[in-house]
Amino acid sequence: MLAVLFAIAFTLSAKLALPADNWSGRAKSDNVFGMMFGDGRKLFANHFFTMADVYFHSGYYPSVFDQRATEEKEIISASHGHKDSEEDEKNEDFLGKPKDWVDAFGRNFRITQHTHLENHNEREILPWLRLAADLDPQKTEIYTVGAFFLREHLNRADQAEAFLREGLRNNPDSYEILFELGRVYHDAYHDLDRARNVWQLGVKKYMTAPADQQKEDKLIFEELAVNLARLEDEAGNYGAAIDWFHAAQKVSPVPDALQKQINDIQKKMAALIPVTPGKLY
Amino acid sequence: MSKIFALAGVVIKELYRRKDFYVLFVLTALLTLGAGMVNFFHDDKIVRYVKDICLLLIWVSALVISVVTTARQIPAEREARTIFPLLAKPVSRAQVIAGKFLGCWLATGVALIVFYFFFAIVTGSKEHFWPWAAYLEAVWMHWVMLGVVIAMVLLGSIYFAAPSSTSTITIIVVGGILLLGTHLKIIALQQPEPMQFILTLFYFVMPHLEWYDLRDFVVYDMGLVPVGAVLLATVYAAAWTSIFLLLAWFGFRRKSLTT
Repeated sequence: MLAVLFAIAFTLSAKLALPADNWSGRAKSDNVFGMMFGDGRKLFANHFFTMADVYFHSGYYPSVFDQRATEEKEIISASHGHKDSEEDEKNEDFLGKPKDWVDAFGRNFRITQHTHLENHNEREILPWLRLAADLDPQKTEIYTVGAFFLREHLNRADQAEAFLREGLRNNPDSYEILFELGRVYHDAYHDLDRARNVWQLGVKKYMTAPADQQKEDKLIFEELAVNLARLEDEAGNYGAAIDWFHAAQKVSPVPDALQKQINDIQKKMAALIPVTPGKLY
Repeated sequence: MSKIFALAGVVIKELYRRKDFYVLFVLTALLTLGAGMVNFFHDDKIVRYVKDICLLLIWVSALVISVVTTARQIPAEREARTIFPLLAKPVSRAQVIAGKFLGCWLATGVALIVFYFFFAIVTGSKEHFWPWAAYLEAVWMHWVMLGVVIAMVLLGSIYFAAPSSTSTITIIVVGGILLLGTHLKIIALQQPEPMQFILTLFYFVMPHLEWYDLRDFVVYDMGLVPVGAVLLATVYAAAWTSIFLLLAWFGFRRKSLTT
């Protein structure tokens, strides 16, 4: 009896193995989290990405019940070069005044100071970014934020590049990742040619994106164009630099500031034009 | 007093004879060491996530140990009928409650010391930094909080039918307070009446166990909580512990001991 049951189980498993693979997309997943959680892993990825932001603030972070003026994670805005103004600091004071004596006394046991990690302690956010990237490899900002902190705060350009390359393998059309990769080549390696190539590829990817996505990501295009303009200015290709600034002006919220930079380059160009020698005799 | 200590001694012996503590400690140790061995971006100085995971496991383990150990004390004595020779010593019912509480609280304290010592060794070996004062404060607050929980479980074990229901209900209540205690007022304000009034009332009269969770101070190296606040919180916890013990004694005094 046992042998018959075993034979039935074996026959059925052999017969159903192939069709079972197609019942769920999980088996096709290329990482262990995908196999275990399916699409539900993206929820965990979001949570871990938020954990990175919580660590960046050393625990001073609003819960789902608290109101906060800005919704964007500060690790993302920091990776775009944003620094907190006094107004931002005010907006981020989600605790406000104590609501009652319980709240007032309870604050002795909570972190109530708004601080950011510094002095290489930024490394503490990395485990959460690594986990988030494993859980949702299509979330491009995980790679750009991780690479920014590795390059800018931890002097680990090699690790930043490797992380971005991994991101690019998972998201071959991501101009955000290409932009950050260009920053690694430009700012850390001072390799202008590779930075130019990567940023130009980023612009190409942006141009081939659907129109509504282009509209949504126009600030990334501005960053690409402005950085390309500065790179060309640095390389002495003033004409190309002006062209890139003009391209950036079309999407920039502050075109006048860019015009000032164009004027500066034009002045440099004027100074370079050789004075025609007059008749000597 | 000697009778209370004798009763407490029996409870402590029971804890180290049972396997609950060892299983939870080994599980905590394995998970913490496993997490600590993972290498992120070839940086071996990353440590806060290990502290976070280890402290979470310690909190869960300590809660389970204290609740499970306490919940079976009086029902087990009744079921095995050992409560009768115990009360014939003579030991008063108040002394039984006090002895059981003290035993469970001290046993949990011993478990906490072992857990936190392991935590200090593991994290200290990674970051080469031992903020002992912060650790002591965290252990003390944790232990004081567990005192309230143990008293609450003793009270539950008098009124609820079985240790399993006492454990489940207490873990849900304590977990709810720890997760929502701070935010209950905000939640209340978003509700229509009469729910707003009920939740606000509950916010003011419930024991605020979430105050005793100093994990963030340890994980993020945020220094010490003012000693005055710790002392006041200790008095607050002692008051709640006394309330629960008195209610437990009141219920136990009138309870029929035959099952």
